[in-house]
Amino acid sequence: MPLLELREETVGYSGTTVLRDLELDIAQGERIALVGESGAGKSTLLNLIHTRLGETAALVPQELGLVQALTVFHNVYMGRLHQRSIWRNLRNLLKPAKIDVDLVIPVLQRLRLDDKLFTSVGELSGGQQQRTAVGRALFHPGDILIADEPVSAVDEHQAREILDAITAEKPTVILAMHDRELAIQFADRLIGLRDGKVALDVQAAGMTPADLDDLYRNTDR
Amino acid sequence: MITRPEPSPLGRTTTTFVGIAFICLIFADVAITTVDPWEEFRRLLLGLVTPDFYATDSVVLAIAYTLAFALLGVVLANAMGLFLALLFFSRIVRTGCAVVRAVHELFWALIFLQMFGLSPLTGVLAIAIPYSGIIAKVYAEILEEANPAPLKVIPAGTSRISAFFFVRMPDVWAHFRSYSMYRLECGIRSSAVLGFIGLPTLGFHLETAFKEGQYSEVSALLILFYLVIATMRIWMKRPLMPVYLIGAAAILPWGIAFSSAHIVRFLTEDIVPHPLRTGAGWEAFWDWLNMMVVDQAIPGTIATVQLTMIALVATGFLTIVLFPLISPLLLGKASRFCGHIFLVVARSTPEYILAFVLLQLWGPSMLPAIIALTLHNGAIIGHLIGRYTETVSLRQDASTGFNRYFYEVLPRVYRPMLALLFYRWEVIMRETAILGILGIATLGFYVDSAFADLRFDRAMLLIAITALLNIGVDAISRSVRTRLRLQTSLEQQ
Repeated sequence: MPLLELREETVGYSGTTVLRDLELDIAQGERIALVGESGAGKSTLLNLIHTRLGETAALVPQELGLVQALTVFHNVYMGRLHQRSIWRNLRNLLKPAKIDVDLVIPVLQRLRLDDKLFTSVGELSGGQQQRTAVGRALFHPGDILIADEPVSAVDEHQAREILDAITAEKPTVILAMHDRELAIQFADRLIGLRDGKVALDVQAAGMTPADLDDLYRNTDR
Repeated sequence: MITRPEPSPLGRTTTTFVGIAFICLIFADVAITTVDPWEEFRRLLLGLVTPDFYATDSVVLAIAYTLAFALLGVVLANAMGLFLALLFFSRIVRTGCAVVRAVHELFWALIFLQMFGLSPLTGVLAIAIPYSGIIAKVYAEILEEANPAPLKVIPAGTSRISAFFFVRMPDVWAHFRSYSMYRLECGIRSSAVLGFIGLPTLGFHLETAFKEGQYSEVSALLILFYLVIATMRIWMKRPLMPVYLIGAAAILPWGIAFSSAHIVRFLTEDIVPHPLRTGAGWEAFWDWLNMMVVDQAIPGTIATVQLTMIALVATGFLTIVLFPLISPLLLGKASRFCGHIFLVVARSTPEYILAFVLLQLWGPSMLPAIIALTLHNGAIIGHLIGRYTETVSLRQDASTGFNRYFYEVLPRVYRPMLALLFYRWEVIMRETAILGILGIATLGFYVDSAFADLRFDRAMLLIAITALLNIGVDAISRSVRTRLRLQTSLEQQ
């Protein structure tokens, strides 16, 4: 029984079609990497998946969606806002409670961000902000994680660390990635998009970056 | 090691201001002194829902006069303001504009009233003079921020005037136009309030109707006033401008005469401090000055500052309550529509009129002034912040309800909100001083009493002190904004 069955003729917004003839099944426990050129429809597919899964899935959007004026603690804590009472949330907004700080710290330690616990996100570098957004998704109680290019702003070493943290915490993971090599290493299933269609859907084991070349070749129009 | 959370500079500033306002509130007189305030309020509400548009023939004329003063005043101010903006590199012009706009239009009206009597010149100049100072500053800022690149590519030797009209003007024209529309709206409000000191505008009829308890007439006047302001963008079309201006000039009663000897006497004798005028010597002058400062200026200043601080912080609180009413991040379309109507009414009602109404209901204390200033300014900033949230996009999985408000929206709008609030600080102070005319013991109270006693020397001294106070607050506000790096570009939207 798959976690999600997608059967859509067209997907898009405000009149423009981005994805066509979509037929995808996603099972519990899969680690999926979405690959393809920018504009191929990766973000649209991720948003669709997130909409269908609802509250059980944590999301790291490409633009991160962080609140710059709040600290790293607050932004990560936001992953569980919906589980807490409004009073506890307000209390934490004014003065973080120790019990919640202690819950957030291990997440930040995994991401090597624990020294920035009470720094405003606006003061962080691009890579640190990206790790904060991943932290928020890891802190989210759901066991599915959907992320759009979550390691685009960090170096390769850190990227591996972050991906390790994600796979350790969340059983089901769906990522859009532009680094083909990293995608093959991380995922057990590769879904390639091209011109709004699923052009590739294979096991990652045994694939090489060159096998994905077709997805990136220019189309003759 | 984990660092403990440190309060941010914004948080510290907030705490300081809330603390100051709290102390001011402890010493403030906020009692309701009327015997049965709610009975009168009930009658007012009843009147408000049963407007009587035929109460007097003068309703339409009152609106026409209100518009006429506003149009002539604002057009004149635009011309002078643009001219002064071009000279804004000069220190004298900058200082002159700062002084001129630090004096509220009602004080200008009280001064011109002594010179020109009830001639339309009093109303037109009372709006035109302070507004030129404001417009000059804003236009100068717009010109400064305009794209400098086109100026560099015009041929060397092009005259400055040609360069200005070919390169600068087209670039900034749209900004000037939208700002002058905003100013016209302010002008209509100012013009309405001028009625309270005797000019034949809306305020005059409002005061009369109110004192007679004719609440249905009050309601009709207010509804027409809101309609005029709400539909401004429909009737205010550039091709019609000459028609409006000629119409405005034609209906005002220019026949009312004033004597130039009277003006000369006012400027050369009446406003000279009494001891100097009578030749009593410098010692007597110092005694006079000492008496003025100790008996009037200091108590007036304390009350003005006290009321300003309470109103400033209360405005901040009200803003964070009001902006969600029109924010698409937090409310649906139907609720936002109602929110818009409420905010339009609250910000279109001049604080002076609000304070006047509440004073009638509750009797003299600081309470009516606090409520009036807070409601009017909170609605203005709430409107701007609500509009600002239209440009904020949240992540797809952002929380909902109160969690969204406190975690996603409020932290994002807090900084621009403080910027607007500090920007408005000086405006609130100017208004606070003015509310003294209604009987609250701020500086305006002493100014008004001096005018009533025909002691123009005292009035001018107190107006000068009020102006200095406004300039001082403006400077403090600017330094706070710079220190906290608060941007204010939202104000002119």
